[in-house]
Amino acid sequence: MSNKPYVREVSKTTWFLNPQQPRYKRYMAREVTCIFIGAYTFLLIVALKRLAEGPDAFQGFLNALHSPLGVLFNLAALVAAVYHSTSWFNVTPQAMPIQRGEEFVPGNIIVGAHYAVWAVVSLIILILGI
Amino acid sequence: MAKSNKPIFWGLFAAGGTVTAFVTPALVLVTLFAAMKFSPDMFTYENIHAFAAHWLGKLIIFGVILLSLWHAAHRLRVTLHDFGVRADGAVAVIVYAIAGLGTLMTLVYLLRI
Repeated sequence: MSNKPYVREVSKTTWFLNPQQPRYKRYMAREVTCIFIGAYTFLLIVALKRLAEGPDAFQGFLNALHSPLGVLFNLAALVAAVYHSTSWFNVTPQAMPIQRGEEFVPGNIIVGAHYAVWAVVSLIILILGI
Repeated sequence: MAKSNKPIFWGLFAAGGTVTAFVTPALVLVTLFAAMKFSPDMFTYENIHAFAAHWLGKLIIFGVILLSLWHAAHRLRVTLHDFGVRADGAVAVIVYAIAGLGTLMTLVYLLRI
């Protein structure tokens, strides 16, 4: 018996790159979506500011948005937002299990209901926005 | 019992996570189309202004932005810990201050519309 047990060194900053644990990377990908959600929300706040300043200011905002950087940022935000949505909905049976009598409602019904509502909400936003 | 403010921030995180999961992908799609100038009569000043001028529109915009901000702030706090940043007290103050500032800005701009 050794009185100094072997402790594997784990990096505080790169632990999730462990090639034997792909789920660590999926976890971090899920968590990092918040950076895009937050940055995108501030884009909406800027849009709101320009909207309050009048038609010319708002047109200025749209012109600034119409740039390679604007398109690229929105594309990146879209990927992050969709990853956030799917990863969020897929764990809803664990996050909020629903009990009916003795039985729990099957997970795929809870997840499916979220996807259905997601589709309806998205359609409404697209119809209003386009 | 010890008092903790964790339920407040966690509650905002969970509510915000749900709201952004439902609305953000479609919102981004709309602004992406606007950035690509798909059509001149989408995302127009008149349409957006009419929506934001109504009290219900204001309430929806405020709710979505508030929850998105506080969701992102709380998750960023936890994620920074996962990236090796151990100064949780300072991180919490900074991320929540940014979320609070964004919330205040949203309120001010909405009231000006």
